[in-house]
Amino acid sequence: MSHDDIAFHLPPAPRDIPAAPAGPAPTMVPLTIDGRAVEVPSGATLIDACAALDITVPTLCYLKTLTPVNACRMCVVEVEGARVLAPACSRQVEPGMVVKTRSPRVNLSRKMVLELLGSSVDLSTAPGLAEMMAEYDARPERFHQSLTSAPSVSSAALASESASSASSAALGESASSAALGDSASSASSVALGDSASSASSVALASSASSASLAAGSVSVASVAQPVKVDNDLYVRDYGKCILCYKCVEACGTDAQHTFAIAVAGRGFNAHISTELDVPLPDSACVYCGNCIAVCPTGALMATPEFELRKAGEWRPETQAVTDTICPYCGVGCTLTVHVQDQQIVKVTSPFDNDVTRGNLCVKGRFGFEYVNRT
Amino acid sequence: MDLHIVGAEANAAEREAVDQLLGPPSTGWHGASRDIERDGRSAAGGRRVSGGRDQLLPALHAVQDAMGWVSHGALNYICARLSVPPAEAWGVVTFYHLLATAPRPAAVAHVCDDIACRLHGAESLCADLEARLGHAVHRSPCLGQCDRGSAALITRAGPEPERFVIAPATAGAIVDALSTDARPESTAQPVVDAAAAGDKGARIVRRINVADPCSLDSYRHHGGYAVLNKAIAIGAAAVIAEVSAAKLLGRGGAAFPTGRKWQAVAEAPAQPHYVVCNADESEPGTFKDRVLMEQDPFAVVEAMTICGLATGSAHGFLYVRGEYPEAERAMASAIAQARAAGLLGPSVAASGFAFDIEIRRGGGAYICGEETALFNSIEGKRGEPRSKPPFPAQVGVFGQPTVVNNVETLVNVLDLLDEGGAAWAKTGTAGSSGTRLFCLSGHVAVPGLYEIECGRTLRQAIALAGGLPAGRALQAVLLGGAAGTFVGPDALDMPLSFEGARAANATLGSGVIMVFDDTANLHDTLARIAQFFRDESCGQCVPCRVGTVRQAELLHVRSASSVSSAAPASSASSVSSAALASSAQSVSSAALAESASSVSSAALAESSVLLSELGLAMKDASICGLGQTAASAIESAFANIASLKGSEPS
Repeated sequence: MSHDDIAFHLPPAPRDIPAAPAGPAPTMVPLTIDGRAVEVPSGATLIDACAALDITVPTLCYLKTLTPVNACRMCVVEVEGARVLAPACSRQVEPGMVVKTRSPRVNLSRKMVLELLGSSVDLSTAPGLAEMMAEYDARPERFHQSLTSAPSVSSAALASESASSASSAALGESASSAALGDSASSASSVALGDSASSASSVALASSASSASLAAGSVSVASVAQPVKVDNDLYVRDYGKCILCYKCVEACGTDAQHTFAIAVAGRGFNAHISTELDVPLPDSACVYCGNCIAVCPTGALMATPEFELRKAGEWRPETQAVTDTICPYCGVGCTLTVHVQDQQIVKVTSPFDNDVTRGNLCVKGRFGFEYVNRT
Repeated sequence: MDLHIVGAEANAAEREAVDQLLGPPSTGWHGASRDIERDGRSAAGGRRVSGGRDQLLPALHAVQDAMGWVSHGALNYICARLSVPPAEAWGVVTFYHLLATAPRPAAVAHVCDDIACRLHGAESLCADLEARLGHAVHRSPCLGQCDRGSAALITRAGPEPERFVIAPATAGAIVDALSTDARPESTAQPVVDAAAAGDKGARIVRRINVADPCSLDSYRHHGGYAVLNKAIAIGAAAVIAEVSAAKLLGRGGAAFPTGRKWQAVAEAPAQPHYVVCNADESEPGTFKDRVLMEQDPFAVVEAMTICGLATGSAHGFLYVRGEYPEAERAMASAIAQARAAGLLGPSVAASGFAFDIEIRRGGGAYICGEETALFNSIEGKRGEPRSKPPFPAQVGVFGQPTVVNNVETLVNVLDLLDEGGAAWAKTGTAGSSGTRLFCLSGHVAVPGLYEIECGRTLRQAIALAGGLPAGRALQAVLLGGAAGTFVGPDALDMPLSFEGARAANATLGSGVIMVFDDTANLHDTLARIAQFFRDESCGQCVPCRVGTVRQAELLHVRSASSVSSAAPASSASSVSSAALASSAQSVSSAALAESASSVSSAALAESSVLLSELGLAMKDASICGLGQTAASAIESAFANIASLKGSEPS
């Protein structure tokens, strides 16, 4: 028996890694988007097809790692022959579809979605929202002007009419066919204030809600409410919630399977809640923070970021962002560490990472205090 | 699923209520007291345990009926029994407005203050009751009793819960019902008329006020169950062929060809298939399905059975709205009798084909009349509509192929099969075969249910109901309910057919014809319609969730300004008819200037633009029919009704 026979040898490294056996080739579906032909595999959604053509579709409630709920309706597109607009995030492609992503109907619906959200929700920490507002000429304050007392409206009427031409352009042909007298749309040019044209001013005018309820005036309903601070790790500011369902999905079947939160109530009173709205420590929450990762408006925020923002010291442009591996267990999740002033201020994980798909556990996401203290 | 159920525990009465529905709990893991021998080493899990989610709404109803509200402890117990996360169950219990999540009096009155009842003084009735009874009175959307004047649903919680409707309702009767154990005798027979049903006379309403709705023998004596035997004899494919030949269109509002729907489900490869009868009739002004279920329940059972035979379904759900206790009782009794007679069960009429029907009670949510929201409600989820496609014929309740039909649609199938589809289709017009049930209410002499051959005019329908009260002029007619359209006196010659309504830019919807004479305050009606959609939106998509709120706010402002200018002396709720009539008839520029005085005309114009843009966005971008039609009645009112044009800038 030679020495070699009992020694352990590593098998030779494979020269090529065997690929999974090829399944049947997916059927390709031809369709036309904005006049351009494209073929995508069957089962793809319109948003996938748009991506294949580098057409950007604005979204709020959509995230690649979650099941589409098509609740925000920002991604609506016009499908020829359909009575109503279709949500690009969830509508599957069909052969021969003719799709328009920027028709007057689409633009008006997106503008209204932004105005409805902007008039009822604090969008000040929602990344990208100001740019969307500008792109679609959304002016949420129109509702406050129309609904609060007459004097403020008439003073707005004296303002410059720069905004009005833009608005009538945005209405396009669809508005003139409205059952409500179309002469009204031209008359509207008088009432539009020019402050409206600055799309970034999306924060709510608090004066509006406190306006007296004189005849011909109502309070403009909003979801404004105190921030919920009931644990050390993250805060919930539902005054910033657009009800995109992402956190519910991340807490439930799309990632964590903890089911600590759900949508409760109905209509405008619908809101994200634990059972009986109990504080998080009394709920099923395991503090994985995967809801924070998917929140598109900053309604859910880790405490360090919340505190820094409150102090006016949140400076993302100065932060060093580094990918590393979580030091805790053997899974080896990729962490993205955000460092400001030599302190870790936030930990995330890339959504396109094979291991985490953006999800972490309580240790990976929040267990960095020991680094900051050494 | 690792459930985290902590905090309050159910009391004995709550447990008893749930156990009566679900049976006793099997292990300590699912609600029984812990037994170390039984529960210490194993826990049953998997589908058998977690598959009971669809019992969530029935269990919540059981606790609500017994206790008058659903406490945290009761919710926890239900969650343990059904393996439902408490947060999700909380989402469901807060979705339905007949379920209470805070203690309230055991006896509660839900008093209708919707558009039809408002014409008969519901606003003052509600105000009076609220002052006298406080928390025991809840305002309710339409209770589907519009043929009887004001209405109230009384619920009495306790070991022997009671739910009944008082209509017509007076303040005295409601106070009595809440303070005593008495239960008023059920009201008089409904007004049902088929004078204009065509050559062959009454069809759908043939047995109403004739046969005894409580007796299977009486139903059979009047021809019942002959059609089921015929259907069994000719087979599923022939049944579908007849339904297709009859060109029967759905009567729930969407007018989809019934034959095509049945065909699609029959051919769907996935198994099992389901039949769902949509009896969640909640469109304001609609009461036809209630009358059918209360007065001819066996016809609904027989028609559902035939549908099950045709589509290869062994299981049917009848989803009846929670505001219809009499209809639910009538249907439950009919189903039990049919089961006892072998007409439901493992071998229907000894044919070897299995079919049975399960009743599900709604919890007070208009949106659950939307078919996919109804599926979610049956499955124990929030009644939020799903995105379509996929359509129910492919992916319906429990993700299976499902045929979902309105009550009236199904009942039509009986006569259609009896006569043969082609012969049946000779009644009506080319595009709208058969007869339809129209619910006449509002300012007509004889409100009631009228079976009318498709194609007769609106004028004829109103004349059948005795016309307007003497000396009154017609101001407007609301067709199709809150999701429908207003038309003016100029549309009286419109044929009542799908194509006739379409040509007039109107809709027949669920068959509502609500008449408003010149004393009606339409601003008030429009504000109530806007409030209705605000209350009933499920809250899922942005255009509807926020859009219906903004629409209601804008209309409130307009309504307030128009009332204050048109009749400065009177209060907002009761405008003197003289002032309104004069403003309706003369839309002079002076009147316009006056109406614009309280809110500047520029502001009014801007609010018109906003309403119009809101309407377009809700119509185009909402997920389901609720949002898509939330502006249609309001827009059509401003476009078609002379008295409202005065408040429009021109």
